[in-house]
Amino acid sequence: MTATIPTETAPRATAFSGAEVARIRADFPILSRTVRDGRRLVYLDSGATSQKPRAVLDAERDWYERLNAAPHRGAHALSEEATEAYESARERIAGFIGGPSNELVFTKNATEAINLVAYAFSSGPAAPERFRLGPGDEIVVTGMEHHANLIPWQELARRTGATLRWLEVTADGRLDLSGLESVVTDRTRVLAFSHQSNVLGTVNPVARLVEAARAVGALTVLDACQSVPHLPVDVATLGVDLLAFSGHKMLGPMGIGGLWGRSEILDEMPVFLTGGSMIETVTMESATYAPVPQKFEAGVPNAAQAIGLAAACDYLTDLGMDRVHAHEQMLTERLLAGLAERTWTRVIGPTDMVERGGAVAFVVDGVHSHDVGQVLDDAGVAVRVGHHCAWPLHRTMGVTATTRATVYTYTTTEEIDALLTALDQVPQIFGLHLPTGGEG
Amino acid sequence: MDLYQELILEHSKRPHRAGLREPFEAEVHHVNPTCGDEVTVRVHVTQDGNSTVLEDVSYDALGCSISVASASMMAQSVIGAPLEEASRVYEAVRTMLTSKGSDAGDEDVIGDGIALAGVAKYPARVKCALLGWMALEDALAQSGHALRAHQATQEGHRS
Repeated sequence: MTATIPTETAPRATAFSGAEVARIRADFPILSRTVRDGRRLVYLDSGATSQKPRAVLDAERDWYERLNAAPHRGAHALSEEATEAYESARERIAGFIGGPSNELVFTKNATEAINLVAYAFSSGPAAPERFRLGPGDEIVVTGMEHHANLIPWQELARRTGATLRWLEVTADGRLDLSGLESVVTDRTRVLAFSHQSNVLGTVNPVARLVEAARAVGALTVLDACQSVPHLPVDVATLGVDLLAFSGHKMLGPMGIGGLWGRSEILDEMPVFLTGGSMIETVTMESATYAPVPQKFEAGVPNAAQAIGLAAACDYLTDLGMDRVHAHEQMLTERLLAGLAERTWTRVIGPTDMVERGGAVAFVVDGVHSHDVGQVLDDAGVAVRVGHHCAWPLHRTMGVTATTRATVYTYTTTEEIDALLTALDQVPQIFGLHLPTGGEG
Repeated sequence: MDLYQELILEHSKRPHRAGLREPFEAEVHHVNPTCGDEVTVRVHVTQDGNSTVLEDVSYDALGCSISVASASMMAQSVIGAPLEEASRVYEAVRTMLTSKGSDAGDEDVIGDGIALAGVAKYPARVKCALLGWMALEDALAQSGHALRAHQATQEGHRS
């Protein structure tokens, strides 16, 4: 009760050395390829999707070569082994975020996980009270959400007549908590927010928001897409009720993600996708459902992808999430410093390392991000350009689009420097008038 | 780099006949949902004997250098042109842009737009270069005119 929740990882964790990163990179076949006429690939778009180590690719292949059968169906030997492998994957992935395996529901990605929760709140009059929303009820999100944690709630509001509200974002890219108590009120039923912004890099104050939600009896839903891959996450410490993440952003395969939820909530929560294998008994008129997590997993699951994601969790655990985090912090600091030196760039989001992760969005005033990205791409540097599925946030920050670099455990300091060097071509190509030493 | 020809940069910085003007029969607003680029296009069409003439095409483009330059080049080649001629330019630009680099374009037909030939090698940017044209096609359709004899593949997005 009196213990403060550490927001930083253990101070001892250090970034990976050059030799260590080289060893890590050797595990990722794609990192040795070239792009655009033989240029070395500098992949700085891990926030969109991460690359995959051989261990993950091997695990998926191994599933198909040795174990492939439909889990939780049939009683033949292969099916038993497949079920065991699938459930072992669940246990390892749940363990990676500090939860028991019966609290982890497999989904295809975080988007599906959030939709699953949003639909639970509009399941009709027979649903338990806390999952019945209607006029007068309020759903609260933040102004920095990815569309995946905004549109499902807009649609929920539309279906139920509830009102969507949001916490505003300040000019420096933080949540404006000054009006927290006036936004999160007795009418609030759900508070959904991202752990780390996919654009700004801002790490939100989870404890403070959970406290505000609990005080009014609202459920909390955390979009942990950009945190689970990049920093040690422990669901027990976070205190949220539900948490969504995607496997493909954390070295795992595409097509697998997860919804973690406290078991008493998942037990009560109405079903979303229905069909085979999520049932207990079925008659022509109705059905009863299997216990959690099966009741949320209709249809033959993406088992090979689940096994691949478990291998990714093992890989990250071996590296040490505290070191992965420390490595990204070091790279982000280097990138921010490099951008600060280039006074013709402007970072959208926190410019210091306080409560900040490794997504760095910036603009070059006078040059559209598509054009900036094109120059970088021509040098083999892959970044994301556009609004990064956070259009309202871009409007708030007064920009149409940004260029975003995101790092991961395999990113090198040389790659940060390659980005900065390639960026230096932008003023010349687009004839920007720089204050000093420019093209004039 | 090759993509950013001087002509593209000139058009993007000083777009030809930019701004929205009266009179007009139709106005459309198109966006590129991946990057948020926007363009508004107005058309004013008159009849000259048997010929339909694009008396004025005015526009407001907000976006990358490719999308703004392309809108500017489009205005340059279609304002005052008969519908058939505008259709010919559109067809040529479109074929060039979607050729993946195999069609270098005909400068006599395309004019300054020939500078956009390099865009064809970057499939992600083709949408930028076609944004203004797709909007023009839509605006003309709304005013009862077909910019092209046959149906275009949908490259742009209507908002």
